[in-house]
Amino acid sequence: MDQARLHLMLCGGTGCHASGSKSFHEALDAELKNQGLEKEVRVIETGCNGFCALGPVMLVQPEGIFYQQLKADDAAELVESHFLKGRPVQRLMYRDPVSKKTMAHMDEIPFFAHQMIWAMRNKGLIDPESIDEYIARDGYFGMAKALTEMSSEDIIGEIKASGLRGRGGAGFPTGVKWGFAAQAKSDVKYVLCNADEGDPGAFMDRSILEADPHAVLEGMIIAAKAINATQGYIYCRTEYPLAIQRLSLAIEKARDYGLLGEDILGSGFGFDVDIYQGAGAFVCGEETALMRSIEGRRGMPRPRPPFPANKGLWDKPTVLNNVETLANVGQIMLNGGQWYASVGTESSKGTKVFAISGDINNIGLVEVPMGISLRKMIYDIGGGIPNKRKFKAVQLGGPSGGCIPEKYLDTPVDYEEIAKVGAIMGSGGVIVMDEKTCMVDMARFFMDFIQEESCGKCTPCREGTRRILEILEKISEGRGEPGDIETLEELSEVIKSSSLCGLGQTAPNPVLSTLNYFRDEYYAHVYEKRCPAKRCVALLKFTVDPDKCKKCGLCFKACPTGAVQWEKKQPASIDKEKCIQCMACYDACRFDAIE
Amino acid sequence: MAATDKLQHPDVTPEMIREIDDIIESQKNAPGAVIPVLRMSQDVVGYLPVEVIDYISAGLNIPSSDVYGVATFYSLFSLTPKGRHRIRACLGTACYVKGIKEVMGRISKEFDLEVGGTTEDRRFSLEAVRCLGACGLAPVVVVDQDTYGGISADQVSGILEKYE
Ligand SMILES: Cc1cc2nc3c(=O)[nH]c(=O)nc-3n(C[C@H](O)[C@H](O)[C@H](O)COP(=O)(O)O)c2cc1C
Ligand code: SF4
Ligand code: SF4
Ligand code: SF4
Ligand code: FES
Ligand code: FES
Repeated sequence: MDQARLHLMLCGGTGCHASGSKSFHEALDAELKNQGLEKEVRVIETGCNGFCALGPVMLVQPEGIFYQQLKADDAAELVESHFLKGRPVQRLMYRDPVSKKTMAHMDEIPFFAHQMIWAMRNKGLIDPESIDEYIARDGYFGMAKALTEMSSEDIIGEIKASGLRGRGGAGFPTGVKWGFAAQAKSDVKYVLCNADEGDPGAFMDRSILEADPHAVLEGMIIAAKAINATQGYIYCRTEYPLAIQRLSLAIEKARDYGLLGEDILGSGFGFDVDIYQGAGAFVCGEETALMRSIEGRRGMPRPRPPFPANKGLWDKPTVLNNVETLANVGQIMLNGGQWYASVGTESSKGTKVFAISGDINNIGLVEVPMGISLRKMIYDIGGGIPNKRKFKAVQLGGPSGGCIPEKYLDTPVDYEEIAKVGAIMGSGGVIVMDEKTCMVDMARFFMDFIQEESCGKCTPCREGTRRILEILEKISEGRGEPGDIETLEELSEVIKSSSLCGLGQTAPNPVLSTLNYFRDEYYAHVYEKRCPAKRCVALLKFTVDPDKCKKCGLCFKACPTGAVQWEKKQPASIDKEKCIQCMACYDACRFDAIE
Repeated sequence: MAATDKLQHPDVTPEMIREIDDIIESQKNAPGAVIPVLRMSQDVVGYLPVEVIDYISAGLNIPSSDVYGVATFYSLFSLTPKGRHRIRACLGTACYVKGIKEVMGRISKEFDLEVGGTTEDRRFSLEAVRCLGACGLAPVVVVDQDTYGGISADQVSGILEKYE
């Protein structure tokens, strides 16, 4: 390889593509050529760096300078000032929303500083389309060790020692799962990777696939050797075209290098992988449903036992693991289980990737050691709540998770501790909600999701969630009656105890956790016909309180129908005839003057 | 193999039928081929008319009720025609918290378009999807292949104007 003075690691993940990294890339290339720097300065498109909200982002190596929100127009200044004259451009650096300080280096930015990056270790550092760069970062070394020096028992022993638990939601110990499948007797066995990533608000799997596809393949090969499987499938959602493209390329390259296929590394062990595209059904993330879907049928869960370790895909012993789980495996082989287990809590070892989003300053993906507190995650890494609003709740665990209020923010993230406060770790979606979020509305939102995604096989799940949704809709429309809240609780218990799969068994969690912590909000809706967070349209009056109105006119500008009447130095008022209740004026008003 | 003249539908050209034949032929012997074949055929025609589903079931030698069951189970498949441009609005949690409801409301009002529907002139169809995995940019709307993040209701018509 020829030497370059600087490497510009430009993010080419889905998020940054959407915010314009391609046009910036073109402008940058043109400008580097213009200045005759194309040999000295190399631009490399990486996968997602994690700080997508500030995209497009770029890291200048070896200096470690981090640029954000780059636009095509910035290319000329960057090249001229930084890459030619050596004066980094302050204007394009990160500015901390809390301290208001400009920060040049990636590792001083709080969002990155508290992270511990293992599963995402190559994000932003390598070209995901180059197998050589992956290998240069110790890639496939763990696999080589597993294939040439270790027996099936050794591999499983090492994974058990690491304490690794499944990152797809349930947190089942990975080594134990592999152990079961290893014991099953069969000529054909399968290793599957769950890249369906159905939980809304979580995007770590996508990010790992886009930034480091070989890490997932490496994990699958090791799993295959552990259970003696010959064929693998990656079940990836169609909504992730870039991930599918990079995975296909990775598979092709690995085959070229003899790292996939027959007789890998001359070890006598053979294994191959294909991609299977999902077709958009949340329930297909459930393991037995996923297997049916690969078989070409409707993705409906089936009762267990028999467990997939004995009867899985096409009735053969099968192991299914999540993307993030598999991304950890290669490093565990290389560094040993003890190394992995040295981080975390008693019951939850290693690191976990979280997708922090919602009403929070620093939106993105973070990887932290298990045991860190929610507070630290939300305030130190996430930078707290924007717009001077107050924290209200944090929702963990996707649609079947729960909402955690302020008083439990010191809970350490750990499978058991999170469960104690009524949520679940799930796949790691962390959605922060400020005081403008209505908890009844959120419960309704999750129930709408679940109701639509229920496969319909069990009556309690199918009918029960529909009933819950109807009641929640009624309450948020101001038609709540005494007894509704109690009915919600009863229905929830029935659904939980009589559903076949994880979807139904956890479906009522959003309702139960909001009822538990925010019961007063339900009461306000039912008994006072009032929405304290002012979110439920039917309960709003759409009038301006002249005492609170600061006469700023923001509502006037926001209104699409001309229903807001306002003149300079006059308080606003709303014409109910013209108002379409779109809420734009609410969102615009900084003074809570609209009721 | 089903004879080509068995598939007759105004939206399906002979060229498309040949492509579908190739798809069926290439997948025929693969186990679990129904979903990939439906997906690829939908990419060819734009949606899955009943006639196409029957044609595929004959080609794969699978009862058409089974193929139907699959086609209706997965949200990717559409049995009705789509607009020239596909608007996919994210109804995931992050996008919901950040105001996708208002954005969708505006799309519906301005283009007289309901979720799951298509405009009269077939210019747009609107779908609600669950999380596009770009939550960092919430709220997110994807038009055809272009992703728009961090949008507000006000920006809707400006964005959609570009798609004729
Ligand atoms: C309704 C439902 C949806 C699920 N969706 C996913 C998913 O999208 N991705 C995932 O990895 N696991 C999902 N799971 C969990 C999987 O069934 C399974 O436990 C997991 O993929 C196993 O891998 P792990 O042990 O590495 O976590 C889901 C479970 C249920 C009940
Ligand atoms: S619990 Fe719900 S999603 Fe799961 S199998 Fe039963 S009906 Fe289907
Ligand atoms: S709710 Fe919408 S239409 Fe009504 S006054 Fe406010 S901005 Fe105007
Ligand atoms: S935005 Fe609020 S404060 Fe400003 S004019 Fe409108 S109602 Fe008054
Ligand atoms: S896509 Fe660029 S930082 Fe996530
Ligand atoms: S919630 Fe909308 S992209 Fe994830």
